[in-house]
Amino acid sequence: MAQIDNENTVKTKEQSTATKIKRLLFDHSVPVLFIIICLIGVYFSELPAVFIVNTLLTRITRNSFMVLALVLPVIAGLGLNFGLVIGAMAGQFGILIVTHFKIGGFPGFLLCLLLSTPFAVIFGLLTARLLNRTKGQEMISSMIAGFFANGVYQFILLFLVGTLIPIKNPDLVLTRGIGIKNTIDLTTEYGLKYSVDGVFKYPLFYILAGVGVLAGLVVIIDYIIKSKKAPEQIDKFKYITRMVISGVILGVSLWVIKSGSMLNSVKLPVATAVMITILWVCNVLVMKTKLGQDFRTVGHNMDIAKVSGVNVDKTRTIAMVISTVLAAWGQVIFLQNIGTMSTYGSHVQIATFAIASILLGGASVTKATSGQAILGVILFHTLFIVSPKAGNNLFGDAQIGEFFRAFVSYGVIGVALGLHAWNKRVQALRRQLDV
Amino acid sequence: METEYVLQMKNIEKEYYGNKVLKGVNLSVKPGEIHALIGENGAGKSTLMNVLFGMPVIHSTGGFSGEVYINGEKTDIKSPLQAMETGIGMVHQEFMLIPEFTITENIKLNREIIKDNLISRLFKSKGLKTLDTRTMKRDARKALDRLGLGIEEWVTVAGLPVGHMQFVEIAREIDKTGLKLLVFDEPTAVLAESEADTLIEGMKRLAASGIAILFITHRLNEVLQAADNITVLRDGELVATRRKEDTNVAELAELMVGRKIDINGKTEQEDDDTDKDVALEIKNLHVDMPGEKAKGINLDIYKGEIFGIGGLAGQGKVGIANGIMGLYPSTGEVLLKGEKLELNNTMGALNKGLAFVSEDRRGVGLLLDSSIELNIVVTTMHVKNKYLRKAGFFDQIDGRGIREHAKKMIKDLDIRCTGPQQLTRQLSGGNQQKVCVARALTLDPGVLFVSEPTRGIDIGAKKLVLDFLVKLNKELGMTIVMTSSELVELRSICNRIAIISGGKVEGILRPGDSDRDFGLMMAGEYRKMHSKEAM
Repeated sequence: MAQIDNENTVKTKEQSTATKIKRLLFDHSVPVLFIIICLIGVYFSELPAVFIVNTLLTRITRNSFMVLALVLPVIAGLGLNFGLVIGAMAGQFGILIVTHFKIGGFPGFLLCLLLSTPFAVIFGLLTARLLNRTKGQEMISSMIAGFFANGVYQFILLFLVGTLIPIKNPDLVLTRGIGIKNTIDLTTEYGLKYSVDGVFKYPLFYILAGVGVLAGLVVIIDYIIKSKKAPEQIDKFKYITRMVISGVILGVSLWVIKSGSMLNSVKLPVATAVMITILWVCNVLVMKTKLGQDFRTVGHNMDIAKVSGVNVDKTRTIAMVISTVLAAWGQVIFLQNIGTMSTYGSHVQIATFAIASILLGGASVTKATSGQAILGVILFHTLFIVSPKAGNNLFGDAQIGEFFRAFVSYGVIGVALGLHAWNKRVQALRRQLDV
Repeated sequence: METEYVLQMKNIEKEYYGNKVLKGVNLSVKPGEIHALIGENGAGKSTLMNVLFGMPVIHSTGGFSGEVYINGEKTDIKSPLQAMETGIGMVHQEFMLIPEFTITENIKLNREIIKDNLISRLFKSKGLKTLDTRTMKRDARKALDRLGLGIEEWVTVAGLPVGHMQFVEIAREIDKTGLKLLVFDEPTAVLAESEADTLIEGMKRLAASGIAILFITHRLNEVLQAADNITVLRDGELVATRRKEDTNVAELAELMVGRKIDINGKTEQEDDDTDKDVALEIKNLHVDMPGEKAKGINLDIYKGEIFGIGGLAGQGKVGIANGIMGLYPSTGEVLLKGEKLELNNTMGALNKGLAFVSEDRRGVGLLLDSSIELNIVVTTMHVKNKYLRKAGFFDQIDGRGIREHAKKMIKDLDIRCTGPQQLTRQLSGGNQQKVCVARALTLDPGVLFVSEPTRGIDIGAKKLVLDFLVKLNKELGMTIVMTSSELVELRSICNRIAIISGGKVEGILRPGDSDRDFGLMMAGEYRKMHSKEAM
């Protein structure tokens, strides 16, 4: 057996650090490119750091949950789930009910999650049924399903409310008695505004310093355990990168705290952050279970999965339902931060923005991690914050800034998908040439 | 007495819509025995296996008659799952592997070992149980060790050589508890000769541990190398069961085909090449084809000859034709009738009158979901603007012309099909190959490259393809460059054969030269030995 030999495995092991870094940069070309663009944008926008960090933090806590909902369907081979829109509608149903019964604050928020869940499960099941019949065209199918669902949603809320569904709440229903109002105010006494964000806030950089220390410790402990168990399998490079990152987090936050700058006034909504972290951890943990392995198997090759006895349709359905429920919850978190709900508009763009974010983070149609989701949110919203101002400063026209903003939100999806296709081709070529 | 066999199939008969495909076949396999099952395509091998595995295709078409005994017990296998539970495993021809997964994950695909965790206990859900990676790795290691495969179990499958992938596939079957019988469905079809040897070694190891092996193949010398007993099927009938000691390749071939085939060397005639025109001159050709790198090939190919390129797999023989046709990046110089050929330009090569029948028939050779007629003319249409009707800016496909040409080709090459409009996916390997050849011929090439023309097709079709190449050469005077791993084939039709070793030409031989020289050249020892003699 030895004569055919493990040439390939040996080769990958003996790569020099330089080629490794080169390859790392290339494999992550999308995030690297957009990190550079972000830095340029931040520089030219001339916005104060406090403003950027503060706005960014709000936007991260507001959007991350929704973006994290995209991870599972990608792993299960369903591509980017444009059906998030449908989940968001479920979330808004929940908000409408809670607002109607005037249950506000944190209990109201929890009830809202609870009430939106059954809607989301049903919507998820229906979407999954559609997607299981349109294998290979999941993305466009889920997108069209979103448009269709939007029509049904409008029909229910504009026409059925007040006629078939007896709601007479003047805060919600239009003056003619039929149909829900265009905007729902969540800032009232019984509103959901800041129901999670406001639970507990703490200065961001103190928390970051703690996270830095903790992350460093985890990396070290992980390394010790792994090196004892199977020293030959360890990728030192990976651990060094991780150490450096946690070091940088710790260093920067300590420096900020020391300097006593305005940045210390930036506060993190801890409850929201905790929810996002829990989801992140769950996303990671689920991949270590049988269900997670099924997701991966189905995602990589449906035929092989079927032959090995995995129930492909069921696995895809589970992924889709989870994603839809998470999208519903994500929408509730999003709206409790915004404070007003645009009944017929809040959900429309949600999938596009979430997908643009995760793509910026380096995910692709076939590969996504929670880390990429979070990184993507940071990059996307940095761009969103700085680009109008930067455009204005560079070209001296506010209109160009506006154009730039629109370009960012839609263009990045195209750019990211294009880069991904190119990347895939290069990788195929590289594999072919055995470089 | 009955229990000495793992598997006994008695008097199996099966018909599809009144068409009898199995006519009373008997098959008995003992534990630890390697039993070869040979026969042409359509002889009933796959149907017999479908019966054994209880495939739905059998039961949905009215079942079969006859009896199947497993370990002496009469068993009625109704589904592949049940077959698996009874201890029958199958190593597929196409790998059921996920490249991005590690070897362990592939071996344990959907049979992952799981353990409880807090949440799974809470919800009593199987899906939420954690994977027990450590035990999984241990099991995988055990299975790999049993095969004598020294690779690490945590490596991803993606980068592995094909031979290793097959072993992973086998390891998966071994890892299933209670495996008694393992069926190999043409396992060596995708392997090179050296890899095939390794596989056979592995099979013997496995048999020695008490597992019975049923080995379905086309390659007769492998049968003799590996099997203890051989069963030959022809047209759904059991022709013969032989012990290895009592038979030889010629007899098996004869039993299988039912007519004598001629694998003797070509009658030697024109030996004198000195005054012949050079059709193709290759100078210092390097081709960067993964797994088949050519590193400085120098060859002169004469007009009107059949030139063979042989050698072991991975030595670079396949790279030559692919490089000249511009399918893989290459450097060097190629002169066609004294004219320089631009490399890395497939269109240019086709325009200059080169045509290529690829070794990757299903991959780059055919448009599997298009009709036969379109497959035959598509390259010509593209390169030479033939079979097109001018209609302003938009050229129309000349349907009638294509149909006529396709019909002629189907007749000339004896392509077995329902008509020119049948999809090529539905054709058998041999007929697909003929379509590929027909397409190359439609180009009316000066030089025809043919790579592995007989790979994966049965022995009868092989002969037809080879005969046809000879006919082309004789009647049309076409220069043919044939690349093949099967030396016997090369020796049966070529005028000269170049043996490639280590990416270079080891030497050029006549078909009549001694086996010793061929063997030495294949092993790359020829030049070494002769340079020593010269000193």
